[in-house]
Amino acid sequence: MDHLVYISSSGAREAMIAQAANTQNLANASTVGFRADFMMAQRASAPSQELGTRAYASMQNSAVDFQPGVINSTGRELDVAISGHGWMAVATAEGGEAYTRRGDLRVNELGQLSNGAGQVVMGNSGPVALPPFTDIAIGSDGTVSIVPLGEGPATLAVVDRIKLVNPDQDSLSKGENGLIQLNSGEKASADADVSLLSGSLESSNVDSVGAMVRMIELARGFENHIKMTEIAEQLDAASAKLMSLS
Amino acid sequence: MNQALWIAKTGLDAQQTKMANISNNLANAGTSGYKRSRAIFADLLYQNVRQVGAQSSQDTQLPSGLMIGTGVRTVATEKLFTQGNLSQTDNQLDMAIQGRGFFQILLPDGSEAYSRDGSFQLDSQGQLVTSNGYQIQPSLTIPEDAQSVTIAADGTVSVRQAGSTAITQVGTVQIADFVNPAGLQPIGNNLFLESSASGSPQSGNPGLNGLGTVEQGYVESSNVNVVEELVSMIETQRAYEMNSRAISTTDQMLQYVANNM
Repeated sequence: MDHLVYISSSGAREAMIAQAANTQNLANASTVGFRADFMMAQRASAPSQELGTRAYASMQNSAVDFQPGVINSTGRELDVAISGHGWMAVATAEGGEAYTRRGDLRVNELGQLSNGAGQVVMGNSGPVALPPFTDIAIGSDGTVSIVPLGEGPATLAVVDRIKLVNPDQDSLSKGENGLIQLNSGEKASADADVSLLSGSLESSNVDSVGAMVRMIELARGFENHIKMTEIAEQLDAASAKLMSLS
Repeated sequence: MNQALWIAKTGLDAQQTKMANISNNLANAGTSGYKRSRAIFADLLYQNVRQVGAQSSQDTQLPSGLMIGTGVRTVATEKLFTQGNLSQTDNQLDMAIQGRGFFQILLPDGSEAYSRDGSFQLDSQGQLVTSNGYQIQPSLTIPEDAQSVTIAADGTVSVRQAGSTAITQVGTVQIADFVNPAGLQPIGNNLFLESSASGSPQSGNPGLNGLGTVEQGYVESSNVNVVEELVSMIETQRAYEMNSRAISTTDQMLQYVANNM
């Protein structure tokens, strides 16, 4: 059989994978601080004798869209959004450090500052731990200050400073837990230029209209690939007919 | 079967939960002491198809890998304990807490619950009870012949009895506060229960140690912002439609294969 059928079916398979990634973006259109993924197909040439027509499509890379999302005001004192570039450091389940843009913070049962997904926010040295408080404020540089329980508003105490980083985007990728990490696996150093906006949340940066268009594009492309496999079958049948003796 | 179908299904589930949450907020827009909640989403685990940083040759590394997500999940519905508006009722047994704190309510099973709803009434014994008949803690009895009841900002309750000009103090309304009110467990009837996430209650007289003050003749209305809920309802509807569109598109792709191959 002609190799056309293999090439077109590789196109169809990759279109299906890209559709899954696109659907993942749509499913997370309301996840706070979510960064969209996009897929990149590459030409994977197989050695051929004459015309170089054996180029398979191969889904090689996924990349993260680092465009900032829309910032919505919520008025809640523990909601923070990162304005401009930068990331907030959180602890991973494995004990390491990863980065996120989600700022729907809260206090967990251990008195630690964590985000909506339950990841503990890192401070200058280790997780941000808060003593009992009556009031809390997060400054634009990530400084967490509280009014301790039983004290007046005049006794504002600085507890810690949220670790904000801004590594080069080329050195970042998404991990299996959905958090951003350095490709090298190291910890990024704190950056004093990253600023926070209190009382706001950054929405997901998924462009839902773009994702819808992409969905149609992928579906039509997929149909074209299937059509090509069908044509390959027809061509094969036609040549078999030519060869038949009767 | 194609994973896009299942990913879109998680998206539909999430938007459905969000919609239920919005409806609950809207339904309780007129419930005194109600605190609105919001649904919190997080992305599910990613499947690592091609490892980032793997050696593509002896001296080169892959600059990025291939990761495919598996959808979204609802992690929590979080209560937002912002102050609701105080509306004046002129009812002498109505109280609103201005600031932090909860009224302590004794449940019929003997355990304690906490509430921001201050529309209290009297039962047949003259005890201060909620609309469900649950006693306030520490319990407070208003004498039968009381002509007027005054509740001060610090919780002191005093009455003037018939045939007397003197004011007698009959007790104090105490309120309790939590380190993390968002960790309280809502059980309906405007009541919350203590949980391991909320910390233990610290009760005291209103106005002391950062506790709020008690305002007589007011009730705290719900903190639902109706306009905000309507906007997020539109957003949710559109996101739901897009996810259902993703299901039908994937379905069409598979159908095309089934019909044409």
